[in-house]
Amino acid sequence: MSARGGARMRLRGLVRKEFLQIVRDPSSIAIAFVMPVALLLLFGYGLSLDVDRVPVALVAERPSADTSDFAGSLEGSRYFAPIAMSAMPAAEQALLDGRVDAIVRLRPDFAARERRSSGAPVQVIVNGIDANTARLVEGYMDGATNAWLARRAAEQGVPFEAPVEVEHRVWFNPDLRSRNFLVPGLVVVIMTLIGALLTAMVMAREWERGTMEALIVTPVSVGEILLGKLIPYFVLGMGGMLLSVAMATWLFDVPLTGSFWVLLLTSAVFLLVALGMGLLISSVARSQFVAGQLALITTFLPAFLLSGFIFEIRSMPAVVQAITQLFAARYFVAIVTTLFLAGDIWSVIVPNTLVLALMAVLFLGLTRLRTRKRLE
Amino acid sequence: MWSRILALVLKEFITLLKEGKSRAVLIVPPLIQLLVFGYAATYDLKHVPYAVYNEDPGPGGRRLVAMLRGSSSFDEVATVTSIDQVAPLVDSRKVLLVLHVDSRFSRDLLAGRPARVQVIVDGRNSNTALIAVGYLRNIVAGFNRAWSDERGLPAPPAALETRAWFNPNLESRWFFLPGIIGILTLLVTMVITAMSVAREREQGTFDQLLVTPMRPVEILLGKALPGFIIGILEATAITLIAVLWFGIPLLGSLAALYLGLALFLLSAVGIGLMISALAVTQQQGLLGAFLFMVPAVILSGFATPIANMPAAIRLITLLDPLRYFLVVLRELFLEGTPVTALVHQLWPMALIGLASMTLAGWLFRHRMY
Repeated sequence: MSARGGARMRLRGLVRKEFLQIVRDPSSIAIAFVMPVALLLLFGYGLSLDVDRVPVALVAERPSADTSDFAGSLEGSRYFAPIAMSAMPAAEQALLDGRVDAIVRLRPDFAARERRSSGAPVQVIVNGIDANTARLVEGYMDGATNAWLARRAAEQGVPFEAPVEVEHRVWFNPDLRSRNFLVPGLVVVIMTLIGALLTAMVMAREWERGTMEALIVTPVSVGEILLGKLIPYFVLGMGGMLLSVAMATWLFDVPLTGSFWVLLLTSAVFLLVALGMGLLISSVARSQFVAGQLALITTFLPAFLLSGFIFEIRSMPAVVQAITQLFAARYFVAIVTTLFLAGDIWSVIVPNTLVLALMAVLFLGLTRLRTRKRLE
Repeated sequence: MWSRILALVLKEFITLLKEGKSRAVLIVPPLIQLLVFGYAATYDLKHVPYAVYNEDPGPGGRRLVAMLRGSSSFDEVATVTSIDQVAPLVDSRKVLLVLHVDSRFSRDLLAGRPARVQVIVDGRNSNTALIAVGYLRNIVAGFNRAWSDERGLPAPPAALETRAWFNPNLESRWFFLPGIIGILTLLVTMVITAMSVAREREQGTFDQLLVTPMRPVEILLGKALPGFIIGILEATAITLIAVLWFGIPLLGSLAALYLGLALFLLSAVGIGLMISALAVTQQQGLLGAFLFMVPAVILSGFATPIANMPAAIRLITLLDPLRYFLVVLRELFLEGTPVTALVHQLWPMALIGLASMTLAGWLFRHRMY
């Protein structure tokens, strides 16, 4: 038998053994197929940053036609669900208890001062603890007040216009649906988890159980052992990826603007990085316990917080930005959100894919170096 | 009884801390993660890259652009001279927004007609896009006020006066830091407990433990205490960094904080042991820890409000101890809420803790192979 034929046979044997192990311990299958479905369903529906009918307390300290006109304009806004309250203490208690997110206070002299040139102040108190929601509420409140002012001015025949008006156009996601970027971002987080979980423990397990020693005495080379580990989990991981993309487009209606084949290719590169990182952890740790801890620490939270999926990388301090460059999720989030929402923009896809390819080579190469057929 | 528990606790500590690698992954990462995530987790925008496309020859456009340049939230990275240059800049993510001032801007402004500026914003992250547009609108509102004052134009008949309670500058870092304390505490305790029983199962030593005179309650306590103690110590260190390094105020009482922490750890350790008791191999233990951790963090209200979730998912969050602990942390840090007002957050954690502990103890005896 030729040397190459022997290598192919050995590799086939290893892949077959790994597949059998996967089929017999259903936890790997659960990781690859059940986890993406369950997590995407949960998070795709659960995560939303869109402000919708925020409860606000409306306190008109001396109700008049003007204050009820203002209240009516808030009721009409789809962003607010105003609750009329008679006095400030009740409203303040509601804000403290979290029953309302903001208080709008119209002072007793509202109607009188509105007719004078100084203008009537409308006091808005927001609960600053959730600063993001507070700021969105503030912005929408501003918009609702301006709409009210414009309508009243039109009714009274005195047009009121600000000197400069801003018109904004949002590219790629004109309706500002937060789900459109959260779902592709979640796909990246989930794939990071799957990649690391599938492989983080497989090498450590062989060391811990002593089966690595059995492999060492066979003619299999280290490269063959690693390929034998990589191929089955790559196939599983791509299956999970396809499932996630199908759910994102058909269930969550995220438009896939770019090409499906580019997405598939870049996903394959990313999966190699994720699996390579798992294998590296596994070969460095040698004990399943340490491998498990490392996988928990290095995958989920960095992919969630440092990938630019939720928090804007460009606003982080330079040191933290440099740290984000160590995590593959960051590059894949840029690729995936661009492919889904903006299309095949090569100036984003090519450099990020190159970095991912480099990381894949690095992780797999390091794993190859760290794994020796030697006992310690 | 206590001496037997103590012996088991000591043995657990020795297995956790004897090996250098295992010791290091317990102690170092949470502290580094707090520092990194503490800076990373904020919705406030700084250095938003933008480009200006100013077609206006007059002074109005120049003045508006100057105001934008003076803002610390924005960094000008490119100047655009034709409309064709806009798309490549936005597409390649070199700029987040482009401010387009058209050629009639100064003419309209001086004539008292509404002058329009157009903003093109990259909506790939719609939240960032909304925040950036909000910042820009504030700058334009400042421009409008200054312009109206100088010309003696009438002020609008009503104006908003906004005040934010508990976080006057609306710094979102203050919102996220207490959340990170909760998440890291959960991570540490899950790491310790989720694999502890599974490891003994895989190595066969758990069967030996079961035939010793130790009762299941004693095994349970012996397994739970190390996670609990390390959790308390780690949370203390993390809180100290949050207060001393990041300068977040701690308005509430320390006793209330530790009461909340103890109940949270009870539930986290209970769930960790339950997962561990269910798992036959360490891999399953790790998988279980992930399957609990990931939803527990994402659905806790840490990054997106629970109020935005659909009713069915809000029901699921009721089982998430982190959800209650986040409220306790935020209220204690930022509002200084008295402990009596936090009872509705505390009893669910106690309940989850007791239920999961009981179940874990039951599983010790009844899940055997």
